[in-house]
Amino acid sequence: MSSTLTLPVVDRRSFLKVTALAGGGFMIASYLDPLDVLAQGRGGNQAPLNPNAFVSIDANGIATIIAKNPEIGQGVKVMLPMLIAEELDIEWKDVRIEQGDLNPAKYGVQSAGGSTATPSNWVPMRQMGAAARHMLIAAAAQAWGVPASEITTTPGRLVHAGSNRSAGYGQFATAAAAMPAPVLADLTLKDAKDYRIIGKPIPGVDNFKIVTGQPLFGSDVKLPGMLYAVYQRCPVIRGKAISANLDEIKAMPGVTHAFIVPDSHGGGSMSGVAVVANSWWLAENARKKLQVTWDNGITASDSSAAFSARAVQLSKEAPHSTSRNDGDVEAALASAAKVVEAHYEYPFLAHAPMEPPNATAVFDAAKGTLEVWAGTQQPGGVVNTMATAVGINPDQVTVHLPRMGGSFGRRLYNDYVVETAVIAKTVGAPVQLRWSREDEMRHEVFRPAGYHFLKGGVDASGQLVAWRNHFVSFSVAGAPTTNAQGQPQGPTPAPSSTLSPTEFPSRFVPNFATHVSLMPLGVNTGAHRAPGSCALSFVMQSFLDELAHAAGKDPVQFRLDLLARTPIAVQGGGGGFNAERMTGVLKMVAEKSGWGKRPLPDGTGMGVAFHFSHSGYVAEVAEVHVDANKRIRVNKVWVASDVGRQIVNPLNAESQVHSAVMDGMSQLMLELTVDGGRIIQGNFDSYPILRMRQAPPAIEAHFLTSDNNPTGLGEPPMPPIIPAISNAIFAATGTRVRSLPLSKHGFSWR
Amino acid sequence: MPVTFTVNGKSTTVDVPAEMPLLWVLRDVLNLHGTKYGCGTGQCGACTVHLRGRAVRACQTPVSNVAGAAVVTIEGLSPDGSHPLQKAWMDLDVPECGYCQAGQIMAAAALLAQRPTPTDADIDTAMNTNLCRCGTYIRIRQGIHQAVRSVAEDSEVSK
Repeated sequence: MSSTLTLPVVDRRSFLKVTALAGGGFMIASYLDPLDVLAQGRGGNQAPLNPNAFVSIDANGIATIIAKNPEIGQGVKVMLPMLIAEELDIEWKDVRIEQGDLNPAKYGVQSAGGSTATPSNWVPMRQMGAAARHMLIAAAAQAWGVPASEITTTPGRLVHAGSNRSAGYGQFATAAAAMPAPVLADLTLKDAKDYRIIGKPIPGVDNFKIVTGQPLFGSDVKLPGMLYAVYQRCPVIRGKAISANLDEIKAMPGVTHAFIVPDSHGGGSMSGVAVVANSWWLAENARKKLQVTWDNGITASDSSAAFSARAVQLSKEAPHSTSRNDGDVEAALASAAKVVEAHYEYPFLAHAPMEPPNATAVFDAAKGTLEVWAGTQQPGGVVNTMATAVGINPDQVTVHLPRMGGSFGRRLYNDYVVETAVIAKTVGAPVQLRWSREDEMRHEVFRPAGYHFLKGGVDASGQLVAWRNHFVSFSVAGAPTTNAQGQPQGPTPAPSSTLSPTEFPSRFVPNFATHVSLMPLGVNTGAHRAPGSCALSFVMQSFLDELAHAAGKDPVQFRLDLLARTPIAVQGGGGGFNAERMTGVLKMVAEKSGWGKRPLPDGTGMGVAFHFSHSGYVAEVAEVHVDANKRIRVNKVWVASDVGRQIVNPLNAESQVHSAVMDGMSQLMLELTVDGGRIIQGNFDSYPILRMRQAPPAIEAHFLTSDNNPTGLGEPPMPPIIPAISNAIFAATGTRVRSLPLSKHGFSWR
Repeated sequence: MPVTFTVNGKSTTVDVPAEMPLLWVLRDVLNLHGTKYGCGTGQCGACTVHLRGRAVRACQTPVSNVAGAAVVTIEGLSPDGSHPLQKAWMDLDVPECGYCQAGQIMAAAALLAQRPTPTDADIDTAMNTNLCRCGTYIRIRQGIHQAVRSVAEDSEVSK
């Protein structure tokens, strides 16, 4: 989910592979053209097959579509099959969806993250469906002795109007296997006005299992003779286990094994102590008696308070680097009619998915095989690591992909999966490793904290003329100081801690500078649900709000004026940002929310913000009431999104918007504190995720359709809600929030 | 220590430590995996089950406390997913990741047993201790109201 993930090319050449099914019917798979892969320099000596869809049609006309990507609650298990089914022209009730296991040779890349599923599959999945339909038509044309061009389809049926003949797909599903596969690029796709499935509300395919409590998630896996493991890592992140009272632990009720894993086995896995028992609770109980001698390592000096203090100190010194410098920012600040100076900061955060990380594994020493059940967003990434860790060939590793109880980026990292494999090898029986909530919160891949020291200026007419930011962020402590060639290299920025030189309002302010200084950080950081965007949106859109008020301008108009400027041209087009599309959603959200048109009672205010991320344009308005005790109630939120010309599944799109708003509201009150390399918080009492009573009673999700290919919605609606609410708090109370969480300033939810 | 109680209408005896929480008896001993672990401290509600007809946190309920009592889990809420809340949840597509929803439905079912026509404020109070990390709260509220309406319409039809 980090913004550094690269989007696959959408309009690529593909070819098809067709297989006759044993029981009648056929299966087709589409593959990325190997020559195309080579041409793009992405292949090695041998071009990999890169299939991106599988569909089979049986003799009863039932289409089975493999959902190859992992499901984390983002709705991909419905969305991708909808695209295929639309062009196949079949009733949704005749579509079956199966979760594919990890099989790179068969399915190619299988991953979830970065709001990439829609943009990377929009064309290829529809082509797949159209190809299957094309072959069914060809089979019917041959059997009926009529030109294929005269055959049409109604859902699930082939029709030749001229001879008044028709047949269900099942009747020609076997014959279709012998038809030549079409060239995907030559297929004509449906006009949007003819869509019967795309654009219709379709509920999640696992809903029945979910509401009846059937096993579905990774932690629901149960194998015969399975044991349960807990794994105690060093409280100081990245520390190592030296020794422990293992004999005492082994003697505790239900405990079958207790052992030290002295080192990491790669993939982010850590040293620790494994305790295995015949129920998870007994393993967890035994862990409470564990006494371990640790080697704390390089993170032991990390502390949130020290980072904050150090950031202030660095802000007063010359920056380590300057990533953007337009015009003459110092001269413009000196001559500005009004200048605002502000220090913004935000804390470390955890993902806290409802289902803590877990995995199940069986290692068969005699056969040299490893079978794993793991909820993971990147299953492909873990196979080689696990194979090395347990000493077998990667082709002897099987990975099943159960549904994940949330992820938000956490399961892009496979540390717990590798640890499970290592424990399974030692135990020699099926074993399930389950992290406790405290394990999860204290051994996270954290959203990094960040510190921004800003100064901005407006001229006498209220126009923004100068913006300077000294951003203090993190580098990876202990990273190599020389590259592979032995030449010295600068500090390595900590993952998800960077500020793009083209981040808005860059390019829209004539005198603009971004300076950067880095502090070494020991704890792990990485991808979250739009980690950088949520942090940067809070800072940029809050400070813009401050400048709008300093300029005496309406916050919406101030932003519209800014977006109407001709952006400074930069190589690469400024990160793909399109000011017209943002203007569109900003105007839409202002109109829908009645911005500036409704009288508001005392203590109530409206705040606006927008943010561009993961190819999506989203503007939001929040109406907020703050009482005399600084208790906040969010009355309503309006969201306007431009994610292209088509919402594939409106039911799920609305869910993703609701979810993003609630997730952003959680962030307003959340903080993880690092002290001595340890995380202080450990459970929901000290890490208060948003609750029902605090949730807004209504969220309006509006979509502005634009003539652009559809893009993802898992992340883009989240960043703007954070500043929309903090700006609304300013409108309601006059208090400007410059650091999170809100609780630092005495605010609480009502 | 052997403990006998009823789970979803069936009498069950387990031989486990008296202080073992009901959650782990259900999951690891009885293989009923619908009841979820989320926090282990009674704060998230993912493990909500009915004990003697009331919503309780299975992670905070020692198995010794359920001796002789009737426990209902999500698997036993209805024989076939036909409870009005289950139907409303599917109809409105309430679940996102779905992990907390068994607990949400069990909490909502206990609410409706006590207050068949709850207000939004009743819902907020009863459901406030059930966390949903995906933030499906708006549809959960709608789902409870829809279940109430469907029960009312059914009784209208049967009159």
